[in-house]
Amino acid sequence: MDKLLKILAKDARLTNAQLAAMLNTTEADVAERIATLEKAGVIRGYQALVDWDKTDRELVTAEINLKIAPSKETGFDGIAEIIMSFDEVESVSLMSGGYDLSVIITGRSFKDVAMFVAKRLSPLDGVLSTATHFVLKRYKERGVLFTNEEKDERGQV
Amino acid sequence: MNYDKLLNRTLAELKPSGIRKFFDIAAEMEDVISLSVGEPDFATPWHIRQTAIHTLEKGRTWYSPNAGLLRLREAIAAYVARHDGVTYDPKTEILVTVGGSEAIDLCLRALLSPGDEVLIPEPSFVCYDPLTRLTGATPVPLTTRAEDAFRLKAETVRAAITPHTKLLVLPFPNNPTGAIMPREELEELADVLRGTDIMVLSDEIYSELTYGREHVSIASLPGMQERTLLVSGFSKAFAMTGWRLGYACGPAPVMKLLTKLHQYAIMCAPTTAQHAAIEALENGDEDVLHMREEYDMRRRLIVDALNRMGLTCFEPEGAFYVFPSIRSTGMTSEEFCHRLLTEKHVAVIPGNAFGDCGEGFIRISYCYSVKHITEALERIHAFLEENGLCK
Repeated sequence: MDKLLKILAKDARLTNAQLAAMLNTTEADVAERIATLEKAGVIRGYQALVDWDKTDRELVTAEINLKIAPSKETGFDGIAEIIMSFDEVESVSLMSGGYDLSVIITGRSFKDVAMFVAKRLSPLDGVLSTATHFVLKRYKERGVLFTNEEKDERGQV
Repeated sequence: MNYDKLLNRTLAELKPSGIRKFFDIAAEMEDVISLSVGEPDFATPWHIRQTAIHTLEKGRTWYSPNAGLLRLREAIAAYVARHDGVTYDPKTEILVTVGGSEAIDLCLRALLSPGDEVLIPEPSFVCYDPLTRLTGATPVPLTTRAEDAFRLKAETVRAAITPHTKLLVLPFPNNPTGAIMPREELEELADVLRGTDIMVLSDEIYSELTYGREHVSIASLPGMQERTLLVSGFSKAFAMTGWRLGYACGPAPVMKLLTKLHQYAIMCAPTTAQHAAIEALENGDEDVLHMREEYDMRRRLIVDALNRMGLTCFEPEGAFYVFPSIRSTGMTSEEFCHRLLTEKHVAVIPGNAFGDCGEGFIRISYCYSVKHITEALERIHAFLEENGLCK
């Protein structure tokens, strides 16, 4: 099971026929296993990994670290649920260490992002502090290099 | 200067490697997607590199003993015992060489004299024939065939033996076919060889890379260790090609000669590489396992795709090559490779570069990422389709 996931996590565009060959099984079996994984919520979606810097779409991304006073009833979950309902928010994670929630958001400009933090995040009940860190350059994301691919130096013998 | 008169004639007349030729053409082109190299795409595992860095930091940059660091020879002995069930004395029966290539050259030079005959299965790696010729001995090609899964049949060997036969080269798992020699067929071969004075040069450089069944060394069969020179190395199993490190194991009287030759020509294998190799043997099993699994997936992906395209392909069980037939296209191997390269910018190696009986086949390497492989396969498919050659 995890072998299929390992392959898909790297490249979700392989056909069922290709996956079946790689895993030494049938296409029908692959289709069924994927359907099961999707149904169980193990596979949450399939997305292209886009380097927006190579497009004419200007976007800025920031990671915001939030310190939270957990609520008595819902702990960190209640506030996390409010934050994740904002469309601008790409990811929300509960963290160990110096702060509590890590929120990644993408906006059209630095000001956009800063205003979002000031107007939407900071006023929320339970948010004690925010620290906004803008992404300046992506080197690698989800295992894929965002810098130019290294040239294959082999083929010399 | 008249260099023609000066140069060694045997060497000057050896034909250049047919693998090289295609690399050179491909290197001139833009946007070439290659399935041609014979080395892992993985970098050497980090802990092995780190060990080398540490020894450099400590300044351990001296010559090693001629035969190699004793600790490495001990590690090789332990590794070979663990994998092949054969025991060698690290002090007298193991030599560390500059790649498996040097070990092959040493074995041939230590044993052969003009007039001797060497049995060389084909298709196989390109070095055995020319290195044999340089000793003045005569290479005798043995044909292996797709219908036998490119295994070497005992009757082929028996039929080729003459009073001059000195050595049988046994290159399995095989480059370029990916064939292996299962135990039963090795037994049959051993039956032919026992009772003769023929030695076996068993080139087992790909022994870690078999899929589905474990590699068997002919040295492990009864009565065979005394007539076998086992050659292997670190390049393929541990992704250490550029380190240039291999080894030979065999009977002490032969190894003594190999070591003498090595001592005069090479002195010793690179010391930094030797330190790294100890780490590879002692702590590299998991890396090998990971790489083997990855190769295996790619292997099945390629074999399946080629068979769908109508390029029939026997199931290779070892190394990292597939060797499909291109006879259905009506082209020669060279023609196929040349047109595929110029029309679709995909580089593969013509089968006849590995011996005449490789004609009608091409060698495809799967030392590439799945993404790279699927792209190349799409181009091969388009090439066949545009030329009306698809099944």
